[in-house]
Amino acid sequence: MAHYILKRSGLLIIVVFGVTIATFVLMNMAPGDQAEMVAIARYGLENLTADEIENIRISEGLDAPVWVQYFHWLSHIAQGDFGHSLVTGDPVSQEIIARIPATLLLSITSLVFSLLIAIPAGVISAVKHNSFVDHGVRIGAMLGATIPNFWLALLLILLFSVTWDWFPVFGYGTASHIVLPAVTLGAGMAAVTTRLIRAGMLEVLKQDYIISARAHGISEKRVIFRHALKNAFIPVITVIGMQLGHLLEGTVIVESIFAWPGLGKLLVDSIYARDYAVIQACVLLFAVFFVLINLLVDLLYVILDPRIRYDRGAG
Amino acid sequence: MCILENKLAFAGMVIIAMLVILALFAPLLAPHDPYVQSLGQSLIGPCRDYPFGTDEFGRCVLSRIIYGTRISLVIGLGVTTMSTIIGVVLGMVAGFHNGRLDEIIMRVVDVFLAFPGLILALVVAGLLGPGTLNVVIALTVVGWMGYARVIRGAVLAEKEKEYIGAVQTFGAGDCYIMLRHLLPNVMTPIVVMASAGVGYVILAAAGLSFLGLGAEPPAPVWGAMLNYGKAYLQSAPHLTIFPGLAIMITVLAFNFLGDGLRDQLDPRMKNLHFR
Repeated sequence: MAHYILKRSGLLIIVVFGVTIATFVLMNMAPGDQAEMVAIARYGLENLTADEIENIRISEGLDAPVWVQYFHWLSHIAQGDFGHSLVTGDPVSQEIIARIPATLLLSITSLVFSLLIAIPAGVISAVKHNSFVDHGVRIGAMLGATIPNFWLALLLILLFSVTWDWFPVFGYGTASHIVLPAVTLGAGMAAVTTRLIRAGMLEVLKQDYIISARAHGISEKRVIFRHALKNAFIPVITVIGMQLGHLLEGTVIVESIFAWPGLGKLLVDSIYARDYAVIQACVLLFAVFFVLINLLVDLLYVILDPRIRYDRGAG
Repeated sequence: MCILENKLAFAGMVIIAMLVILALFAPLLAPHDPYVQSLGQSLIGPCRDYPFGTDEFGRCVLSRIIYGTRISLVIGLGVTTMSTIIGVVLGMVAGFHNGRLDEIIMRVVDVFLAFPGLILALVVAGLLGPGTLNVVIALTVVGWMGYARVIRGAVLAEKEKEYIGAVQTFGAGDCYIMLRHLLPNVMTPIVVMASAGVGYVILAAAGLSFLGLGAEPPAPVWGAMLNYGKAYLQSAPHLTIFPGLAIMITVLAFNFLGDGLRDQLDPRMKNLHFR
């Protein structure tokens, strides 16, 4: 186990290092002169002079060779300094820290929402196997897994904001603001989790120990929740972990639609503004989150299910 | 056992066939020119002349959706083809020559997999600028790793089989063995992955164009239609409903086909879900 953690941590370093190179190469591959774009963003296209562009090139260090720029950037981020926004001039780290709570709040709310839907739906669907309810849940899960989240968001706004005026169209601040974004983001995840819980419950309910529990006269409720659900939940936890990564992706679109002031919206806005320092920092942060979540999920899997060993065989 | 027995897969194939017909014969099937603006007839709801209504410039939404199948299918098939080729080449090389080269290729795969796919695609498409080709490049950059992994795994298993050893004793070269013997035997999972993959690519492309990254404005792109339609959610909800429906039906059709092929070609993968 210790060996496995060590190996994965080593891989983590390689991956994070690779991610920094990939991010940096990406920014430098982009067509167009970075200094000129910064100048346009700062001063506007009309009052642009060649001198201003050169000034920015020198003050932003864009005149140095690419590898110098890379190590310069790397040594700064190692100290927690992500540079400053090329557009607003504010430190990027400050901007990002200000955005994290909103994204975290939205992600956790969506996760909780998806579980509140998925656990009852999955359990009922498995217990009432092949019934009317089961078919309804399966069709719902199929639609939920394929509906594009941006379309779902628009449909929810159409129904709950425009037609019925129950929730605000966009914004941040009160509890009613989070409902539509969280439902949008949680729907796809609820669909996947429902399927898994249903499949897991169906499998577990066939096991001998369930028959034995029933034979002992234990109430059906207790059999389902204490004996079956607990065992059906192991694969679900790992998939929830993997889904968290996809949740991060979803925040980009959902936050943009609902003007939710999180990291996803920051990333999209900075792409529109070609604010390279912010894009770099956001991409790096998303990638590191993603890698850490995957690592935690793999570790959790080993802890939860001792039959799984990663030490043997090639990873 | 035949794929036609699987109802959902059959439905998927029928829908895909219809989409291909729509794309090929768009000029014949579309009731109006998708680019012609008539401002006097903007934002009309569904009616006899315009079954799906008109947009803010008075363009026929149905015609734009029909022409939009062309862009969606080109992106879906283009990205999937390119991702498959890159994935197959790298996966085969990695699996066949395991050792240093394998280690390097798989670490590169790890790095690419470390990025949440849509976010990387968003950044690549955003930096490259608007245009269908740039969307294809962006989605290929994030799409090839799954194929490389699956192919590598399949090649690792396949090359231990006796017939490969036998061909080697006959003096066959590596390239010959890979192309002639390994490739046909590892194609099954690729076909399954690619057919569902087209759906995910179309979905991701719609997401990018919804965010304003994709083909430039007059082009009839489903995601972009949703993006412009959202300003008229109150007065013209048909601008939101129909393009979204088109995206969803297309994605579902490819998913059904992928699931059906998976059940037919490789029953062992029944519980695998690609994402």
